Amino acid sequence: MTATLDGTPRLQRNWDSRAAWNFIGGGAGTGLLLVAAAALPSGWPYFFAGALGFALIGFGLSMVWLEIGRPFRALNVFLHPQTSWMSREALFALPLLTLAGIATLADQNFVSLPLQMRLPVTPLASAAAALGLAFLYCQARILRASHGVPAWREPSLQWVIIVTGITEGLGLLLFLSFFVGPLPAWAIPTSLASLIARAGVWEYYRHRLNPRVPVLAIAALSRISLPVNLLGHALPAMLLLVSLVAPRPGATAVVAGIAMVAAGAWLKFAVVTRAAFTQGFSIPVLPMRGQPSTAAAAEVRQ
Amino acid sequence: MTRYVMVADLRRCIGCQTCTAACKQANATPPGVQWRRVLDLEVGEYPAVRRVFVPTGCQHCSDPPCEWVCPTTATRRRPDGIVEILYDLCIGCSACAVACPYEARYKVEKQIFAFGDEPTADEKLRADDSRIRVATKCTFCADIVDAGVARGLTPGEHPEATPACVNLCISGVLAFGDIDNPQTIVSKLLRENKHFRMHEEQGTNPGFYYLWDQDLCHDRDT
Repeated sequence: MTATLDGTPRLQRNWDSRAAWNFIGGGAGTGLLLVAAAALPSGWPYFFAGALGFALIGFGLSMVWLEIGRPFRALNVFLHPQTSWMSREALFALPLLTLAGIATLADQNFVSLPLQMRLPVTPLASAAAALGLAFLYCQARILRASHGVPAWREPSLQWVIIVTGITEGLGLLLFLSFFVGPLPAWAIPTSLASLIARAGVWEYYRHRLNPRVPVLAIAALSRISLPVNLLGHALPAMLLLVSLVAPRPGATAVVAGIAMVAAGAWLKFAVVTRAAFTQGFSIPVLPMRGQPSTAAAAEVRQ
Repeated sequence: MTRYVMVADLRRCIGCQTCTAACKQANATPPGVQWRRVLDLEVGEYPAVRRVFVPTGCQHCSDPPCEWVCPTTATRRRPDGIVEILYDLCIGCSACAVACPYEARYKVEKQIFAFGDEPTADEKLRADDSRIRVATKCTFCADIVDAGVARGLTPGEHPEATPACVNLCISGVLAFGDIDNPQTIVSKLLRENKHFRMHEEQGTNPGFYYLWDQDLCHDRDT
C-alpha cells in the first residue's frame, strides 16, 4: 500500500481478486454441499455435488494461500479463534473438507465394499453441510469485521454473502442435473425462493449503504446492480417459472442455474474488489488558528 | 495503569513532514511506507475553506479491530497501550490492514530501495527481512520507549524515551505520554484544550488525540 495524503477514500489493494475467489469458491462450494445433502433423501447421488463442492472450497482456500505474504507460516492462522473469524473459518475448513471428501468417496463406493462395510453417506454429508454453513457464516463475518472498508462493515452484507452462497449452491445443483438426472421436487421452488431472497437482501444492502459509504463505492455497486438484477435474478426466475410448468424442465433449469451462479460470483467479486473503498479522513471541526473571530472560521465552525 | 497516547495540536501543524522524515529515519521504512504521515485536508466549503494539516498513523486503539481480526495473534496490545506486531508470527494475510479505519498498515512484497535496485549504505545496514511480506505500522517507537523506561526516564519528557516524530517536530505539534497520569504533558493538554479523535464512531477508542481550540470552560474554572 502506498500512502496518500489528501485524506480521500481510496480503493484498498490489500485484498485483490484472489480474496474474492475465496468468497466465491467458498460460498458456492458450501452452498452446494448443503443442497446436495438435502437432496440425498430424494435419491440424488452425492458424488458429483460433493466433489464439486470440495473442489470449489479448496480452490478458494488455495487462492487465499497464494495471497498471504508468508504462505509457509499458514498454520499460524489457527492461533486466534477467540476473536478472529479468519481463524474460525480455517478451523471449520479442516473437518468440512475431510467429511465432504469422505462422504463423496463413500457415495461412489470405488472399491466395491460389501454393504455392511460401507460408510453411511447421509450422516457424513449432513455433518459436512452443517460445517459448510458455519464456514459460510465465518466468511460473512470476515467481511463485516473489516472496519476499514465501509462497504464491508455494513452488517447486512453478511446476509448477502450467506444467501448468495445458498443460491449459488442451488444454481450448481440445477446445473448438475444436466449430467446427473432429474432434480428433487423441491429444487426449483426453493431456487426461486432463494433468488427472491438474494434480490431482496442485495437491494436492502445497497439501500443501507447509501448514506454511509464513499460515493465511489456506491457507484461501483450501482454499475453492476442492473445487470445482476436482470441477468442474475429476473432471467433465472423466469426460466425457473417456465421449468415449473414445463413437462421436462431440463434445459431451462440448467441455464437458470448457470445464471444464478454467475451472478453470485459477479456480485461478490464487485463487493470485494470494486467497492472496497476506505473511509478516508475528515475532521469534524476547524482548528482555531490566530484570531478565532474571522468570518471564514466562524462560518465553517457553524 | 499506563496508557501511552499521542496528542497533535492541529493549530500548530504547518505540514512540514519533519515527523514523517524522522519516522522514516528512525524506523528505516522503505519508500512508499509512511508509518507517520501528515494529511493535507481541505476543511469547509467555498468560500470558507481552510487547509488543515493532520498528522496520522496507527492510533494505538484500546479496542483495536486489527487485534480482533488477526488470525495469528501477531497483532497484540501491550499493557501500556502500545499495539505491536510480532513479525515472526504474522502470515501477511492483511486482515488487519482492511480492519484498520486509519489506513495505518503497510505490507511490502520485497525490499525496495530509494535509489533504484541497489541499496544505499544505510539501507544495506538496516535492511530487515523480517518486515517483508508481513504487516507493519507505527510502533510509537516502542524500542526507544522501552529503553528509556528501563533507564528510569519518562516517555514524553525525556527525548531518549520519546518517539522520534515527537522529538523532531519543529513546531511543537506532537506530544506523547501516559494519559492515565494526570501530571503528564498529554493529560495537561487534553485538560486545557478542546479535542477529538479520528473516526470515534467506530468504537476503537483511539490513543491519538487532536487539539483544535482552547477550552475556555477550563480556563474559567481555573
